[in-house]
Amino acid sequence: MTAPAIELVGVDKSFGPVHANRDINLRVEKGTIHGIVGENGAGKSTLMSILYGFYQADRGEIRVNGRRVRIPDSQAAIALGIGMVHQHFMLVEPFTVLENVMLGAEGGRLLRGGSARARAELARLAREYGLEVDPDAVVGDLPVGQQQRVEILKALYRGAEILILDEPTGVLTPDEADQLFRILDQLRAQGKTVLLITHKLREIMAATDAVSVMRAGRMVATRATADTSVEELAELMVGRRVLLRVDKGPARPGEVRLRVADARAHDAQGVERLRGVSLEVRAGEIVGIAGVAGNGQSELLEAIAGIRPLSAGRIEICGAPLARPDPALARRMGLAHVPEDRHRMGLVTRFPARENAILGYHRAPRYGNGPFLDQGRVLEACRELMAAFDVRPPDPHLKTANFSGGNQQKIVLAREIERDPEVLIVGQPTRGVDVGAIEAIHRRLIELRDAGKAILLVSVELDEIRALSDRILVMFDGRLMGERDAAADERELGLLMSGVGAGRAA
Amino acid sequence: MFDAAILILDSTVRLSTPLLLVCLAGLYSERAGVIDIGLEGKLLAGAFAAAAAAAVFGSPWIGLAAAVGVSIALALLHGLACITFRGNQIVSGVAINFLAAGLTALLGQAWFSQGGRTPALGPEQRFGELSLPLAQTLADVPVLGGIWSELISGHSILVYLAFAMAPITWWTLGRTRFGLRLRAVGENPAAVDTAGISVARMRYLAVACCGALCGAAGAYLSTAQSAGFIKDMSAGKGFIALAALIFAKWRPIPAMFACLLFGFLDAAAIRLQGVSLPVIGSAPVELIQALPYLLTVVLLAGFIGAARPPRAGGVPYVKER
Ligand SMILES: Nc1ncnc2c1ncn2[C@@H]1O[C@H](COP(=O)(O)OP(=O)(O)O)[C@@H](O)[C@H]1O
Ligand SMILES: [Mg+2]
Repeated sequence: MTAPAIELVGVDKSFGPVHANRDINLRVEKGTIHGIVGENGAGKSTLMSILYGFYQADRGEIRVNGRRVRIPDSQAAIALGIGMVHQHFMLVEPFTVLENVMLGAEGGRLLRGGSARARAELARLAREYGLEVDPDAVVGDLPVGQQQRVEILKALYRGAEILILDEPTGVLTPDEADQLFRILDQLRAQGKTVLLITHKLREIMAATDAVSVMRAGRMVATRATADTSVEELAELMVGRRVLLRVDKGPARPGEVRLRVADARAHDAQGVERLRGVSLEVRAGEIVGIAGVAGNGQSELLEAIAGIRPLSAGRIEICGAPLARPDPALARRMGLAHVPEDRHRMGLVTRFPARENAILGYHRAPRYGNGPFLDQGRVLEACRELMAAFDVRPPDPHLKTANFSGGNQQKIVLAREIERDPEVLIVGQPTRGVDVGAIEAIHRRLIELRDAGKAILLVSVELDEIRALSDRILVMFDGRLMGERDAAADERELGLLMSGVGAGRAA
Repeated sequence: MFDAAILILDSTVRLSTPLLLVCLAGLYSERAGVIDIGLEGKLLAGAFAAAAAAAVFGSPWIGLAAAVGVSIALALLHGLACITFRGNQIVSGVAINFLAAGLTALLGQAWFSQGGRTPALGPEQRFGELSLPLAQTLADVPVLGGIWSELISGHSILVYLAFAMAPITWWTLGRTRFGLRLRAVGENPAAVDTAGISVARMRYLAVACCGALCGAAGAYLSTAQSAGFIKDMSAGKGFIALAALIFAKWRPIPAMFACLLFGFLDAAAIRLQGVSLPVIGSAPVELIQALPYLLTVVLLAGFIGAARPPRAGGVPYVKER
């Protein structure tokens, strides 16, 4: 038997007080696709970054192809034939694809000779693996799917035999993800070893040969993919049984609480992103908006929240028209907004949790008088929110950036829901959130619906839309392509999402 | 009229030279992601070191070497604070300005006892004016003679160095491995790190380049343009150069033109001193002197679009939070 491509023995790593990896043992066979799953914060990225020399392990041993090695920096990892596609791409956006690929492997003091060679090599890799990218395109202008290809090309250009991909599908459309998996298959066929990190269990089942599960910094199990199931993996990840399906009764819709009539809006470049959207959401129902990211969903949410002005059409909240684009006004009319990108809009991550827990509502009389905040009351409110939503750790003074993604999202949700809004609009409620927290967030949204609130849900996760929504609207290119009920099949929704086949216009 | 124009342009070249050297110095540092408010201080320290060394050792070249050395030392100090200890780059830059202003005055007085001045330099202790080939022959040819003999010939070697540095910098940034890595480290240091290159090493190299050019600019001030150091002789040029850098959006060739423009405004202000103009009366010299700043603000605010600074500028590279 050949030596494993990678073997880790007793690897341990702490960041100050955070013990990110504890005594990790792992064996990855050559020429396989090996999955690593785990909740957010389980320590997957840290472990892979150690393997790539980005971080140093505090203890433990790394063996590559049976030989014990030290990996003090990424240079050493590259020399050992290890390449990594990071969760947050390591690209220089204003550079061209070619410059990004060459960086660190220029092949001489002057760029000229090296760039001719790199060009030829890129063409060869494109042919061999179907990794087509224009070498002269500026990386920042490319869609994320293409940027990811550039990352893979960077690794292959440096002669990687072992390729680590950290959460590669988080940013991809289902179609792009399929393409990626085809590329990985080809890499395996060429004898390369792939380490695939993800928290999407379905991908693991479809793409890998073996899978290891991490939980709270430990490696808790390794299985042959054929011998395990989504249910078992989910349980191993969370440490208890999880409901992958959402239990909910039938909706009892009441009167219309949110009405959007023929809304049009433009982005900063003057491109029309909403091209006449009309919809209604009734009390006691969840209306889901499905679609590939970038088809106007974000603009729709922003328009309803009063952040983005409409160029035509109108928005009514609880029967009254939203007179001007003003988020504070929308709030007073009974709307709450959980933004799509919690880091950009929902939170100030450098603030302690208690300040984020009142952000946007900080003028409410219950938090103080006039210009002054009553810190005692703010603290108390934050404690209540944390208890109600099981935010961990329940520490109002902790800097928000130090909570895991799931717990950050709970803080935003808690803040918006606790105000008892009549209408809730939610964007990507579980993006970057771990399985355990997803379950809690979903349950919360259903409870809210059953309490007679109107909920508009935008998500790029089709599974999530199908699990939660009472009605599904599909958005494409700034328009609603049609309405389906929750039982609609995935293929049909997929077709609508790609703009094919206009059904009943909503 | 033509002669007057040539004269103004000639002094434009002379006045732009220190701006250009300092501006390119800032460019190396800032394109690598290290913001440098301390250009002014390094310029001043360089000027002092050059004049002091030239006075003591009798050679402008030793003065230049001293200026470059001192200025690089200050740049590395800034590097130590910002790269190694991840301090605030603005604060460190301001500190360097104070340090240079204080130390030059103090040491000048202690060493030479001339109220902060260095001794006046003789011709052999200064950079003289180079006469380019044919300058004599062509001097009397109309137009061409004026341009070649007056405008282009007859400057110190540092002037030619400064104007050569603009295309050299352009070529270095765009065509060499060093330039590629330098630009990358100013945009996304993590990408450089994961490509197997040391971020700190690249940034130290960049600030050292910055120091060297500031030193040359300082030597120009005290051993080419004037004959000795006087207190605070940099007179805000480091800040004007910084404005030119922003104005040029951190690109070397536009930086050269920006410095020429600012140099021209300076030359015009000097030329108009005391001149009485029709309609407005005496020339508003203060206004003309303020023009570089006003231009930068006004043009940046609306006309040439937002300047996008290097993305990682001002941010220390931290891996482990
Ligand atoms: N650079 C860092 N500095 C400090 N703490 C970190 C750093 N990177 C990760 N952590 C912490 O280490 C733990 C594991 O994180 P990570 O490896 O990113 O998990 P995963 O990739 O499984 O989501 C988390 O608690 C995280 O906050
Ligand atoms: Mg991760």
